[in-house]
Amino acid sequence: MGLLNQRFENGNVLLTSVDDVLAWGRLSSLWAMQFGLACCAIEMMATGASHYDLDRFGTFFRSSPRQADVMIVAGTVTLKMASRIKTLYDQMAEPRYVLSMGSCANCGGPYWEHGYHVLKGVDRVIPVDVYVPGCPPRPEALMEGLLKLKEKIRKERLILKQTA
Amino acid sequence: MIAQELYDLLKTTFSDGILEAKLDGVIDPWVSVAPDRILDVARFLRDDERTQFDLLTLLSGVDMTKGTLAAVYHLYSMKRNHKIVLKTFVPETHPHVQSVASIWRTADWQEREAFDMYGMIFDGHPDLRRILMPDDWDGHPLRKDYQVPEFYNGMKVPY
Amino acid sequence: MDATLTEVEKGRRPTTIPGLGRALRTEEMVISMGPQHPSTHGVLRLDIVVDGEIVADVIPRIGYLHRCFEKHCEHMANYQQVIPYVDRLDYVAAMSNEFGYVVAMEKMLKIQVPERVEYIRVIMAEFSRIVSHLIAIGTYGLDIGAWTPFLYCMRDREHVLDIFEETCGARLLYNYMWIGGLSHDVKPTFKDKVLEFCKYFRPNIKELNDLLSYNKIFIDRTASVGVLPGDVAVNFGVSGPVLRGSGVQWDIRKNDPYSIYNRFDFDIPFGKGEKGKVGDCWDRYMVRVHEMEQSVNIIEQAAKQLPEGDVQSAIPKRISPNASGPRRVRYTCAPRPRRASWGTTSYPTGEVDR
Repeated sequence: MGLLNQRFENGNVLLTSVDDVLAWGRLSSLWAMQFGLACCAIEMMATGASHYDLDRFGTFFRSSPRQADVMIVAGTVTLKMASRIKTLYDQMAEPRYVLSMGSCANCGGPYWEHGYHVLKGVDRVIPVDVYVPGCPPRPEALMEGLLKLKEKIRKERLILKQTA
Repeated sequence: MIAQELYDLLKTTFSDGILEAKLDGVIDPWVSVAPDRILDVARFLRDDERTQFDLLTLLSGVDMTKGTLAAVYHLYSMKRNHKIVLKTFVPETHPHVQSVASIWRTADWQEREAFDMYGMIFDGHPDLRRILMPDDWDGHPLRKDYQVPEFYNGMKVPY
Repeated sequence: MDATLTEVEKGRRPTTIPGLGRALRTEEMVISMGPQHPSTHGVLRLDIVVDGEIVADVIPRIGYLHRCFEKHCEHMANYQQVIPYVDRLDYVAAMSNEFGYVVAMEKMLKIQVPERVEYIRVIMAEFSRIVSHLIAIGTYGLDIGAWTPFLYCMRDREHVLDIFEETCGARLLYNYMWIGGLSHDVKPTFKDKVLEFCKYFRPNIKELNDLLSYNKIFIDRTASVGVLPGDVAVNFGVSGPVLRGSGVQWDIRKNDPYSIYNRFDFDIPFGKGEKGKVGDCWDRYMVRVHEMEQSVNIIEQAAKQLPEGDVQSAIPKRISPNASGPRRVRYTCAPRPRRASWGTTSYPTGEVDR
């Protein structure tokens, strides 16, 4: 509410659409699933910790997929892990989003050629909304990815059906 | 103990079990042991007062090509501060080696790994099954002639 | 060894509850923990047999992060290309991985590296140890329920990462140590920054001790829990802080020194059973804290002695497996394996063999 602080006197009225309010509410508190796979998870931890402080964007980590809005796939997805990721994604309540962090989750990264046990991109098992490149991406890049996701949510219409 | 003394000791104790050795000109001197004697040699090396190899630092499988697999044991003695490398060569058609998991418990997982990656069978291992790859995986990926499957559980494997 | 089985059995709770007069029927429960679990910090899966709150047995299932490094290293055109992959083996302490690999390679190719390179490598490796231990300690506190120490640890970690970033441009995976040298020389301000960090960091270890190490709740939860006796640890091939936590005074930097570690004055911290039994969780934790102190000592000595020189003079122009024959020993299967090299270096979480 920082933007609206002390802008109005004695309780004014805001006129907006239900969709906008819903989208604003959802994008302002994106809870991410605490789910680290590999190197990128360390950068994800650093993003959530003291120096970068992801909490100020309304994002903090929940341990259960059922309480999370966004799944940050941070790291290399192996074939053994892929079915578990699918399960976790299925356990999340809708609307749900997936942010693929790092080259491995995007396309296999350095393991694209000889990685017989690496899934070449998490988008082969679950749909991805935002891709963040880098190996690993800096915390700033992860934040940028989350901001992009917020832009996407802002444009979403849940109640009003979009006219083709 | 230096490598030459260790080799002489092993040769006198296990005359037919010790096949060959390379002690000079290599960074780590190694001794080749027959695959069906490795358990006796390992027990001797651990328990004997002169050797006391209490630490198995590394057990690895190697595909030597031309139909030969190898198991390589890097031994180290923390009490005596000396080391030796044991090697066992087995044919790909009959890759049976004695398990040393009863001597050094660290061999448990490392033998499982060698089984997973190269298909070496460690006789007497308490629980020989895949460790890194999924249980329903086909083939042993680090063999030279390994072909990556096109699909695994409906997921495309190659890029 | 049969000793391990009896140790596990000793930890089991008696089924007769004292004071109740009769035995309650209890049964063990198997819980599958992971691969996604907030306290695994990675993708470890454990099938745990619990008897009440006591863990009676654990069956670990690994391989959820098997990234086929051996296969990649086999297919690389030359040895330098392997370094980005060794970075990713243990991403928390990438510099230590590189150190192990380049030491083994230089041993094999008989390369003598300049003094300055050795000193910078030692500084970087010890910084890596600090970073790794900070994560270990911070997340350990986090799992036990202490959120603040984690934030403090991550704050200090960022200071080290700043030094890494200034030197080689990366925060986590560096590709910094090359065979025969380094990818970049350090900045002119490096020495001052390192010494400044040492001065900054020492009081923070004390702060961490006050906050977490000697906290009564923390001690109650970790002392005399999960005891790993020294002989069992050796038999299981355990190394690093876990081995030293079990009371075994063993550090490859002292017992079989590589690089220039014999020039520095430092101690080997080991578990003494200060709060409970030797080799319990608290001992393993505390060894890491003391190791950070020792790392700061080493860094300070190395930074003060840092000589001048060129860091790239010894990098060979052309090395490739086919030209020189040898290949990495572990899981590599060269067409003509003529030479193999194997180096052991100390590492934040244990010894590492390349």
